Amino acid sequence: MIEPKRAQPAMALDDLERQIADWEQNELADFLARQKERKAQFRTIGDFDVKRVYTALDAAETPLEDIGLPGQYPFTRGPYPTMYRGRPWTMRQIAGFGLGADTNKRFKYLLSQGQTGLSTDFDMPTLMGYDSDNPRSLGEVGREGVAVDTLEDMEALYEGIDLEQISVSMTINPTAWILLAMYAALGQRRGRDLNKMSGTIQADILKEYMAQKEWIYPVRPSVRLVRDCITYCTRDMKRFNPINISGYHISEAGASPLQEVAFTLANAVAYIEDVIATGMDVDEFAPRLAFYFVSQADFFEEIAKFRAARRVYAKLMKHRFGARKAESMRLRFHCQTAAATLTKPQFKVNIIRTTLQALAAVLGGAQSLHTNGMDEAFAIPTEEAMKLALRTQQVIADETNVTNVIDPLGGSYFLENLTTRFEKEIFRILDQVDELGGAIKLIEDGWFQAQIAETAYETALRKASGEKPVIGVNKYVEEEMPAIELHPHDESTERRQIENLQRIRRDRDNTRVQALLQRLRDVARDDSKNVMPLTIELVKAQATMGDIVEALRDIWGTYQERPVF
Amino acid sequence: METTEAKNIIRVLIAKVGLDGHDRGVKIVARCLRDAGMDVIYTGLHRTPEEVVHAAVQEDVDVLGVSILSGAHMTIFPKIIELLRQNQADDIILVGGGVIPDDDVAELRKLGVAEILLQDTPPQTVADTIRDLVTQRAPR
Amino acid sequence: MLFVIKDIRTIVIPSTELVEPVLARNPRAIARLITRAESGDAECRPALEALYAHTGRAQVVGMTGVAGSGKSTLLDMLTVAARKTGRTVAVVAVDPSSPYSGGSILGDRIRMNQLSGDPDVFIRSMATRGALGGLARATHDAVDLLDAAGFDMVFIETVGVGQDEVDVVRAAHTIIVVSAPGLGDDIQAIKAGLLEIADVHVVSKCDRSDAAKTIKELRSMLTLDVDLNRKRAWPIPVLATSSEEAQGVQELLETIDRHRESLETTGEIVQRRRSIAETRVLQTAEAFLRGEFAKHRDGRVSALVERVMAREIDPHGAAQELIAGLQTEN
Repeated sequence: MIEPKRAQPAMALDDLERQIADWEQNELADFLARQKERKAQFRTIGDFDVKRVYTALDAAETPLEDIGLPGQYPFTRGPYPTMYRGRPWTMRQIAGFGLGADTNKRFKYLLSQGQTGLSTDFDMPTLMGYDSDNPRSLGEVGREGVAVDTLEDMEALYEGIDLEQISVSMTINPTAWILLAMYAALGQRRGRDLNKMSGTIQADILKEYMAQKEWIYPVRPSVRLVRDCITYCTRDMKRFNPINISGYHISEAGASPLQEVAFTLANAVAYIEDVIATGMDVDEFAPRLAFYFVSQADFFEEIAKFRAARRVYAKLMKHRFGARKAESMRLRFHCQTAAATLTKPQFKVNIIRTTLQALAAVLGGAQSLHTNGMDEAFAIPTEEAMKLALRTQQVIADETNVTNVIDPLGGSYFLENLTTRFEKEIFRILDQVDELGGAIKLIEDGWFQAQIAETAYETALRKASGEKPVIGVNKYVEEEMPAIELHPHDESTERRQIENLQRIRRDRDNTRVQALLQRLRDVARDDSKNVMPLTIELVKAQATMGDIVEALRDIWGTYQERPVF
Repeated sequence: METTEAKNIIRVLIAKVGLDGHDRGVKIVARCLRDAGMDVIYTGLHRTPEEVVHAAVQEDVDVLGVSILSGAHMTIFPKIIELLRQNQADDIILVGGGVIPDDDVAELRKLGVAEILLQDTPPQTVADTIRDLVTQRAPR
Repeated sequence: MLFVIKDIRTIVIPSTELVEPVLARNPRAIARLITRAESGDAECRPALEALYAHTGRAQVVGMTGVAGSGKSTLLDMLTVAARKTGRTVAVVAVDPSSPYSGGSILGDRIRMNQLSGDPDVFIRSMATRGALGGLARATHDAVDLLDAAGFDMVFIETVGVGQDEVDVVRAAHTIIVVSAPGLGDDIQAIKAGLLEIADVHVVSKCDRSDAAKTIKELRSMLTLDVDLNRKRAWPIPVLATSSEEAQGVQELLETIDRHRESLETTGEIVQRRRSIAETRVLQTAEAFLRGEFAKHRDGRVSALVERVMAREIDPHGAAQELIAGLQTEN
C-alpha cells in the first residue's frame, strides 16, 4: 500500500482540525441549542451514515492516485479521457412489444426523435425459451416485449436498420446464445461483416439466479453457455459485447446500492475465471465485458457508487487477473433509472424522479442510458411517455452544460469520501465471497438471495412506516387518481405470431432440423466445445427457439430454486 | 378429548403464475403472513394455473394468493377461477397481486377475485386483509 | 374420479361424513380432514378412529437429513420413479414453524412439481407448530389418512434436522438419511445423530466433484461402527444420486423395496409397527395429560401449588394427588 499523499500541506490540515473543533463548539453548538436537527443520524438510502459536513480532512483519506484522471487507471473519473466532450452517452431507450414489425416501427420512431442506439425488450416466452404456441406462453405473447421464435422474427425486428451503423442491445439472458445466433445469422444473410456489428446481449445468467429469476437450466451448464458467447464473440464478432454484467435487476429485487455493485462484481469474477479456464488470455476478452447498473434515488450515493465500481474493477483486473491492457481495466456501463421508484399515484412526478436519476447517471459517467417512461408503474410505456423520457436525456445533454467538464463533482470532499467508503465495502464483500467459496456456490446456497430479500423486507417496512418518504404514496397523498392513457395491447398479437410460427414449422426441412438438434446435444455434452456455430446453423435451418431450448433441457434438466425469505 | 390446544391457523398458498420472475413482492408477503401467525405454502416461480389449483386443494388452504407481473393477468385469473370451480374448490378465497391496471382490477373483482393487493401495500395491511377475508367467510 | 360429497364449499361437513370420501381418495376430503387433525379439533377423532381400521397397507418411508441436503429434489425424482411402477404416492413434508409468531413458510412443494397435476400423487405441507423431533404432532394422523385413502407409498419428509430430530424413526418403516457433499461439518452431525437411524444412506448431488469424498467418509464411518452392523441383518447401503438425468434414483427405489422385503422376511416389520404404535400411544397420552393439567391450571393445580408453598405437602405428593384426581374424574 502506498502511503496516501495528502491533498493539502500537513500544516493546513492540522489548522483545519482546530478550525472544525472551534466551529463545533461555537457556531454549531449555538445553533443546535436553538434548533435541533431533523434526525439524530442521517443516512444514504443504502444505509451509509453521513456526516453533517465534509472537509479536506475527509477527502485526504483517499490517495490522490486513486482519484486520478479520466481514461487513466484506476478510471475513477471515467473510462475515457474526453468523455462527453467527445460524444455524449448513447441514448438508448428500450422498446419491445407485439411482433417484430410492431417493435420495428417503434425503433424507427425513436431513431427519428434523435435516439442514438437501439435496445430490445423481449416478451416473457422469448426470455424463458418457450415458443409462442407453448401452453405456458398463453397470454404473454408480445405483451411485455417483442415475440421472437425464429430468425424470420429477428429479420422483421431489425428490418431497414443498418446493423453496421446502429448498435443494438438485446435484453436477453437464459436464451441469449440463441438470439446471438439469430443476430449473427441475420448479419450474414444481409452480407454484413460480423466484426463490424456492434451491440450487446445481456447474457448475465448469474444475476438471474440471484435476482431476476429468469432461468432454464441449472447454474453450471448455464454459465457454460455464457462462456461460449464470450469466446465466440471474442473471435468472430469483435465489436460485440457478449455480456452485460448487470446490477440493475439485483437492485430492483431489493438490494442496496452497495449490494448491487458488490454482487455484480462477484459475478464478473466468476465469469472471468470461467473464461480464463478455457485458456483464453484475459486481455483478449476483457475489453468487451460491459456492465449495467441502475441509477437510484439517492443522488450522491449513486454517483459515488459508479465511481467506486470503476475503481474496484480496475484494481481487480490489474491485480487479481493480471490484465495489462487499459481496455481490460476500464469499466463501461449502461444505466437505467430505477423502475422500482416509479409510482402509480401522481404518476407525472415520475418524470422528475427519472430526471434526477438520469442526472446522477451522467455525473457518474455512464456510457449509455435508458430513462423510464412516466407510465411504467402501470404498463409498458406509450410512445408519448418514451418521447418525454428521451427528451429528458436530451435536455441534460444539450441544455445544462453538465457535459462540458469531465467528472465535475470529482474532488468534492463528500463524494470522494463516499466513493472510497464504497470501494472498501465492495472489497470487503468480494473477500467474503471468496472465503465462502465463490459466487456460483453462494448462488446455489441462496446466500446472495437471502441478503437481497432481507434488504427488500426492511425497505418495505421503512416505506410502510413513512421513514422512507415516497411522494404521493406515504407523503402528500392525494385521494384522486389522475386519468392516464396506457399502451394498448393488440389482442390479435398472439394469434398472428402463432400463425407465423406454425407456418414456418410446416414449411421447413424437419429432418434436417432434427439431425442438427441431435448434433447440438452431442456438442452440449462435451464441455470443451462451443455451442454457437451449431446454433447459428440451427436458426438458419429455421429451428425455433423452443426446439433448441428443449433439446438441451433433455440433457441438463430445469433449474429448481431453493427460495430464501 | 383434547390432544393439544385446538387452534385454527390460517393457511395461505402464495404462488407466482406465469413466466415472470419478480418475487420481491411475494417474498415480503410470505414473510409478513408468517409473522402474523399463518401457515404459508410457497410454490415457487413460473407455475401454471393447473399446478397452483391442484396444490391449493391438497393443502386445503383458506386463501390462494397469486402474483402476476407479466401482464397476463386477464388470461391467468379467469383460468384459475374456472379450475377452482371444476375442482369444487371455489370456497378458497382468491387474492391477486402485481402490476394490474385499474380497469382490469375492476373486471377481476367482478369475475370473483376477492381482493387485489397492488405494489406498495404495507405488509401489515396485507396480513389484516387476509385475516378479514377469512373471518368474514363462513366456517368450514 | 370425483366422489360426490355434500358441497364442502358451502357447509361445515361433520368429519364422520368425510370418512367415505377419504376412503374413495377424494382430495378435498383428505385435505380437509388433515387440516382438522392438525388443528387438534376433538370433533375429528371419531372419523380418524374409523379410518384407522383401514390403515396398515401403505409402505411408509421416512426421509431425513440436514437442511440443504436435497431431500425434496430427491423425493420428487423418487416419486416419478415410483409412479412409473404404477404405484400411487403421498408425501407429508414437514417444515418448522416460527417460534415467535407460530406461523410458517412451507416451501418443500417447490422442488416437488414434476408430478403436480397427477391425481395419484398427493403432497401435503405441514408445519411443526412447536413440536420438536422433526415431525409435526399431526404427521402420524396425516400418514394414517393417506394410508387409509389407499396410497401405496407414503413418504414423510422431516424438517432439516440436526441430531435430536429423529422422531421419524418411530413413524416409518424405512428410513433414508440424505447427505450432500460440501456441507462441511455436517458430516459430524450425521455421525452424532443420524448415522445409526438410517436403513439407507444417500449422498445426493453426486455430480459434484467433492461427492466422492463424502461417500467415502460415510462408508468408512459405517464400517468402523461394528456394533451397528452386528445388530442388523440388513447391511446399510450408501447410494449416490444426482438430479442430472435422475442418476441413482431407480436404484434407490429398488433398495427401498428390498429393505421392505427384508423387514417382512426377518419379521422385523412387526417390531417396527409395534414401536410406531407404542410411540403413538405414549405421545398421545402425554399430550392428553398436558392438556388436562392446562385445563386445571387455575383450579386444582394452583390449589396444590399453594399447599406446596405452605410446606403442607411436597411437590411429589402434590403430583400424585393431581393424577389421582384425574383418575377418579374419568
